[in-house]
Amino acid sequence: MYVHDAFDRTFLQERVAEFRDQVARRLSGALTEEEFKPLRLMNGVYLQLHAYMLRVCIPYGTLNSTQLKALARVARRYDRGYGHFTTRQNIQFNWIKLAELPDAMAELAEVGIHGIQTSGNCIRNTTTDAFAGAARDEIEDPRLYAEVIRQWSTLHPEFTYLPRKFKIAITAAKHDRAATRVHDVGLRLRQRDGHTGFEVMVGGGLGRTPFIGQTIRDFLPKEDLLSYLEAILRTYNLGGRRDNIYKARVKIQVHEMGPEAFAEKVEAEWQAIRDGALRLDETAISAIADRFVNPDLPPLADHPPELTAALAEPAFARWHANSVAPHKAAGHAIVTLSLKPVGGPPGDCTADQMDAIADLADRYAYGEIRVAHEQNLVFPHVRQKDLPALWKALDAIGVATPNVGLVTDIISCPGLDYCSLANTRSIPIAQKLTERFADDARIADIGRLHVNISGCINACGHHHIGHIGILGVEKKDEEFFQITLGGKGNSKARLGELIGPAIPESEIVDAVERLVETYLELRTSPQETFIAAVERLGIEPFKERAYAPR
Amino acid sequence: MTSPLQRKLKIAGPTAITANRLADGVVVWLTAGGGWSLSIGEATVATTAEEVQRLLAIAQSDENTAVGAYAARVALTPEGHAIPVNLRERIRVGGPTITPAASPARAA
Amino acid sequence: MPLVKSGTIIADPFTAVADDAPLPDGPTIVSAARLLANKEALFARNVALGVAWPNNRDVAELEPLLPRLALVALAFPKFRDGRAFSQARLLRERYGFTGELRATGNVLRDQLLMMARAGFDAFELEKAADAGTVHRALTSYSIFYQPTGDGRRTAAETRRAAKGRLA
Repeated sequence: MYVHDAFDRTFLQERVAEFRDQVARRLSGALTEEEFKPLRLMNGVYLQLHAYMLRVCIPYGTLNSTQLKALARVARRYDRGYGHFTTRQNIQFNWIKLAELPDAMAELAEVGIHGIQTSGNCIRNTTTDAFAGAARDEIEDPRLYAEVIRQWSTLHPEFTYLPRKFKIAITAAKHDRAATRVHDVGLRLRQRDGHTGFEVMVGGGLGRTPFIGQTIRDFLPKEDLLSYLEAILRTYNLGGRRDNIYKARVKIQVHEMGPEAFAEKVEAEWQAIRDGALRLDETAISAIADRFVNPDLPPLADHPPELTAALAEPAFARWHANSVAPHKAAGHAIVTLSLKPVGGPPGDCTADQMDAIADLADRYAYGEIRVAHEQNLVFPHVRQKDLPALWKALDAIGVATPNVGLVTDIISCPGLDYCSLANTRSIPIAQKLTERFADDARIADIGRLHVNISGCINACGHHHIGHIGILGVEKKDEEFFQITLGGKGNSKARLGELIGPAIPESEIVDAVERLVETYLELRTSPQETFIAAVERLGIEPFKERAYAPR
Repeated sequence: MTSPLQRKLKIAGPTAITANRLADGVVVWLTAGGGWSLSIGEATVATTAEEVQRLLAIAQSDENTAVGAYAARVALTPEGHAIPVNLRERIRVGGPTITPAASPARAA
Repeated sequence: MPLVKSGTIIADPFTAVADDAPLPDGPTIVSAARLLANKEALFARNVALGVAWPNNRDVAELEPLLPRLALVALAFPKFRDGRAFSQARLLRERYGFTGELRATGNVLRDQLLMMARAGFDAFELEKAADAGTVHRALTSYSIFYQPTGDGRRTAAETRRAAKGRLA
């Protein structure tokens, strides 16, 4: 992973000092709330229903064990002993006091983490594949470029007061695990004639006006990455709408201009700057590459006897089938830690669990932890022979629920239990669904199925791209939920289709279960996944059943 | 279906003014004396748009104590004390409806 | 509204005039519309001329006039409206403007460093109390990650130079 040097550390200390001063000025009344709000947001500080919330950036989802322990410490000392991992590879603390935030930030800065640009109308944390650097299907480690983008975008003087927030995601694998098509800019690493570059997609996003990103450049040579991004951002900063907050994202600009016209404008701007100071020559790239320290994986063979023996145990085999992914190095594996226990809030992790996970990372995973877009944690590098022992240890702390990628691996926003924008709760729906589908054998039989829940139209729970999407709406003080079917967040991203009128809270779990049962009846074989069946059959047969017995 | 922070002011029934305390974000309610209380039961309750506007102006002029003030519909107890009427205010008053800490370990 | 230029509070030598007002004798700031409608007459006056350029108009239009302009004032109607950051960089870095680049409007101390990095060298501060804090605001950071035309060395350049010294 990227190792901070004295420059990065000095920068973070300067940032904490600046924020400490701003908080003091706000508390003294020298800064108005209107003036302060954008400043605190750009440090990741929201005011939610009950308290301030701090969103801490985990750059491209990579943490070391020391950093995870610092998060645990902050959770204990300044919060209520837990944190919530988000779909954008960040973590949120829900109960922080404004007056104590500078101290919490100073503690995080000591280990190189911060809340910079996790909110506000600026360039947000660049997200990537949680399996980066370990996945068998990747071309190159995308984190190098995510770090290049992080440095360029950090306190960018031109792009800190954009019309609206701006999110970039990057993937380098065949299977898109970073939802790049639903980001303001999605970058897909490619190789052409031995040269590395990117497919550039722009204007994707969820929220109240969801769009799938459009490709505006098939192949951007890596040298031009920053100049091209600067051209996109300048086009957006100067031309994006500022008259209506709901139309201020770049997706609206792209949609209103048309992707071709937008691309032309970007291209013209880019021609003027592409040979300038932002050009990434080999020296610039290798200077950042040199700061990445990757574990020295010993040469090992696949399928060691310890693993083969353990696979005879059904419970281990079940966990192994969905939580362990192939690693590019033989004898190794990628392990996903499920933060979706039956009855638990999706993505929540206690301080004790964080400490225990950090220790296990040191023991079994070269001290490295990732945060996945699906609100789980990942050990990217584990020796296959250690899997049985690791499984037992993970299970003992409640993060080995064998449901990764299955119906109970639910993405959910915090909803009305915490969020001041929410219309309905979402976590309790997730909890009830995990209880309904608590049988491990049953969910394994149902197979791959993504259920995503948002408590309002802002779509932080990514309901549009859930195979089953659930959106909370409020009618006369009662919670109702709309269901969409057939959404996908991968490289063939598609928005789900609304199946009909909203369903009362008391019936939503039954309705989802009926959708699942319909699938089980109609699938051609257990190999046909839920999403494949929806694509083959359309939503009609599901719709009929979802509303049937009222 | 928008959050009350984004909604136009429309008064239908008893209404109190609520905000979050600046220093720690805790939910507070505007009292008859123009101060803030942690208890919704001590909130001053208005029933007309004019009265609500007047209270909101008082609340918003005190943004160095409490921020994000807005008018919240409430119900009244027989004794005339405000209590939450919708889920949002019930959660703001009573906390999340869920048990936050992650669940205990599963048996293998 | 104190005016701070090159780090110190100065008396403003310029007078901004409304479109229908007569021109004063000394240095003058006119609107974009007035400048474009009467440019020859305005330049012929032989006093320093500045223009208040709106943030929704392409600064490329100004390019041919820049050598004869002493000042361009760019507007921040709200500090959150960051279009003038892009305009400033374009004026400095693409069109080579070397005169005074003045930030006007909702100009607050917490945005000054970014304005300076984008190329502004004069700030019409909205709050009088901010005037004494300009130096502090402009020196609150020593590390900069991205190159702009302001001449500050980036972290990458400093790293490279340090490495060169060690080698």
